[in-house]
Amino acid sequence: MEKRKGQGLFITLCVAPAVILFTIFMIVPTLNVFRMSLFERGAYSPTETFVGFNNFKILFSDPKFIASMQNTILLIVVVTVVTFAFALTFAAILTKEKIKGQNFFRVIFYIPNILSIVVIAGIFSAIYKPENGMLNSILSMFSGKTVMLLWKDQPLVVISVIIAMVWQAIGYYMVMYMASMSSVPLSLYESASLDGAGRITQFFQLTIPLVWTNIRTTLTFFIISTINMAFLFVKSMVAKGMMDVGLSFMYNQKDAGLYGYSMAAGVIIFLFSFLLSAFVNRATKREPLEF
Amino acid sequence: MKKFLALILALSMVFALAACGESKAPEQPAETPADAAETPAEGGTIQVAAVSTAFTDAYPEMWAEIGAAFEAQTGIKVEFIEDKNLEDVIGPSMQGGEYPDVVYLPVGRPAGLTEQFVKDKLVADLSDVLEMTVPGETVKVSEKISDGFLDTSITNPYADGKTYLAPMFYDPCGLFYNAGLFEEKGWEVPTTWDQMWELGDKAKEEGISLFTYPTTGYFDAFLYGLMYTVGGPEFFEKATHYEEGIWDTPEAKTCFDIIGKLATYTNPVTPAQANDQDFKQNQQLILDNKALFMPNGSWIAGEMADSPKADGFKWGMTAIPAVKDGGDRYSFCWFQQCWIPSGAENADGAKQFIAFLYSDKAQEIFAKGGAVQPITGAADTISDAEKKEFLAIYDNNVKPAMGGFASYKAVAGLGSVREVFLDPVNGLVSGNVTVEEWVNGIKEASSQMLANLQ
Repeated sequence: MEKRKGQGLFITLCVAPAVILFTIFMIVPTLNVFRMSLFERGAYSPTETFVGFNNFKILFSDPKFIASMQNTILLIVVVTVVTFAFALTFAAILTKEKIKGQNFFRVIFYIPNILSIVVIAGIFSAIYKPENGMLNSILSMFSGKTVMLLWKDQPLVVISVIIAMVWQAIGYYMVMYMASMSSVPLSLYESASLDGAGRITQFFQLTIPLVWTNIRTTLTFFIISTINMAFLFVKSMVAKGMMDVGLSFMYNQKDAGLYGYSMAAGVIIFLFSFLLSAFVNRATKREPLEF
Repeated sequence: MKKFLALILALSMVFALAACGESKAPEQPAETPADAAETPAEGGTIQVAAVSTAFTDAYPEMWAEIGAAFEAQTGIKVEFIEDKNLEDVIGPSMQGGEYPDVVYLPVGRPAGLTEQFVKDKLVADLSDVLEMTVPGETVKVSEKISDGFLDTSITNPYADGKTYLAPMFYDPCGLFYNAGLFEEKGWEVPTTWDQMWELGDKAKEEGISLFTYPTTGYFDAFLYGLMYTVGGPEFFEKATHYEEGIWDTPEAKTCFDIIGKLATYTNPVTPAQANDQDFKQNQQLILDNKALFMPNGSWIAGEMADSPKADGFKWGMTAIPAVKDGGDRYSFCWFQQCWIPSGAENADGAKQFIAFLYSDKAQEIFAKGGAVQPITGAADTISDAEKKEFLAIYDNNVKPAMGGFASYKAVAGLGSVREVFLDPVNGLVSGNVTVEEWVNGIKEASSQMLANLQ
């Protein structure tokens, strides 16, 4: 009895700092977001007025907010699908095939992930430059005439952001999948190939089902991180007012002195990402396979 | 045992709070600066937050030297907070109720911190600063500041005749071009818009676009200058106060038509580079002779000093062309602002500091960075030949245009001036927005702005 009491105390002490910090820095601010969305105030103003759900009412009829949420959804869907397709393919190639310099490629693919967004924006500004930019130069070389695509102008700007985001995210998820793929026993592949399964069949029938739990988890991560990353990319790459995503809309409202309105947008984005993650989690539920 | 646990928890709580950093006791700051009657004790300290600009790049010791000179004059010590992104440095602590005593941060920056303080009426009245004598001199501040700077809607945002933002460092804005190219081709710098379009067609044959702009943000000075040129001060006053029906007048139509037409003469790559990352590449178009004119300010020569330039490149600056021959020409005079938050603790010291900024001694120090205070004779202290030439623009029959859109109460769903008036220009150039759509957006927002005028 005495011993168990001591143990309980020990556990409490171990957990307390984390719980306290988490409460102060995560839970309280989050609740505060919900509270402030019901008020109208400037970011620096000490006075606030209660406006009920008025902020939300205006929000749902604000064409700019609707457009920015549409952009967010577009980015989540396209970037997720493309990134996962590439990450899984590359991971499968790098774990299952014998390629010279495997480790080299692993590092190369991972590098974009450790670069800061400012650096990435700089790199892509050189790639997308209309005159003598890398992308336009390559296209000119192959088409035989001068290509002057304006990558960072409407309507191509969305595609430019998608390319940059995919490029940035592939490496991280590739490394994650490589880890789980390499734990799949080789004997399974051997018996599969004895049964006459080609490499592609093996990939879809063996590899994917066996790393499915990993894919599910990373999918949830990815949706949340795409919402955040889209903001950073748009902020550093795109001209003001050309293309907004949910979080950059929220940020602009704060700069315009509408703190409450911006928090209302924050609440919607919070609920949106929460529900989306829950939905994805549900939809991807499978009977876990074990090897 | 429970006591021990409580103690540990309490301690970790304290630790967690301390980790927030700089969380001083939340004492209430002095209500209004006017109430803070206590005279600054000898050796008191004030805190000045100053945004780092091209001026401090040119002379990094600028503020330190100002601080030393001010202390020698008044005995008040000055602590400086300097940063290029000053909003990010002082913003959070100001949200927590802790204010610097003087803030030098102009309006028109993306984060709009100064605008928010104006909208929320959190800036101190500077009327008594204007009545003070400049430290170390015998003239009053109001007499020292050049005409026109103290009656704009920027310095007096509430139209009550009181000054809240003190004008700082002015730069003439206009159209910048490569004077060397004009000499080489034998082209005349156009003085009317008709000549401008003619030149645009001529340049097009040579593969040069008539126009470019760094970002849509640079259109504010251009639009203001254009409004003055087209309709004079009266039209400008009405337009910037969103008067009813003002956007249907022939003057407004002329402004929109000129910008709409200019968009078709703009170098097509411009909008793709009109972001904070790439705007210098648009400025580079002028240096490379790929575009003839861009709206900018007299800081441009310093900003692009190290960039590669076409052979024979020489900066030239001209005012906005007139609508018809012999019409008035204006160059917008862009100036920055400094102000005292109404929550500042040492308002008295802060006021003396602002008064000191208009002294000849301060101007001498500012001149080392190429900055010009709006006081008489300040332009003569500048040694840089290019900047001197730009400052002389008002000597050649060009009138200074000053002011800006009046401040209105922030309303959810109503865009900022930049979003409504300026950002659509990117769409005009690339053809995604028609002039009509742009004007309709302005009309719609303008009536809401009028309703929320402060």
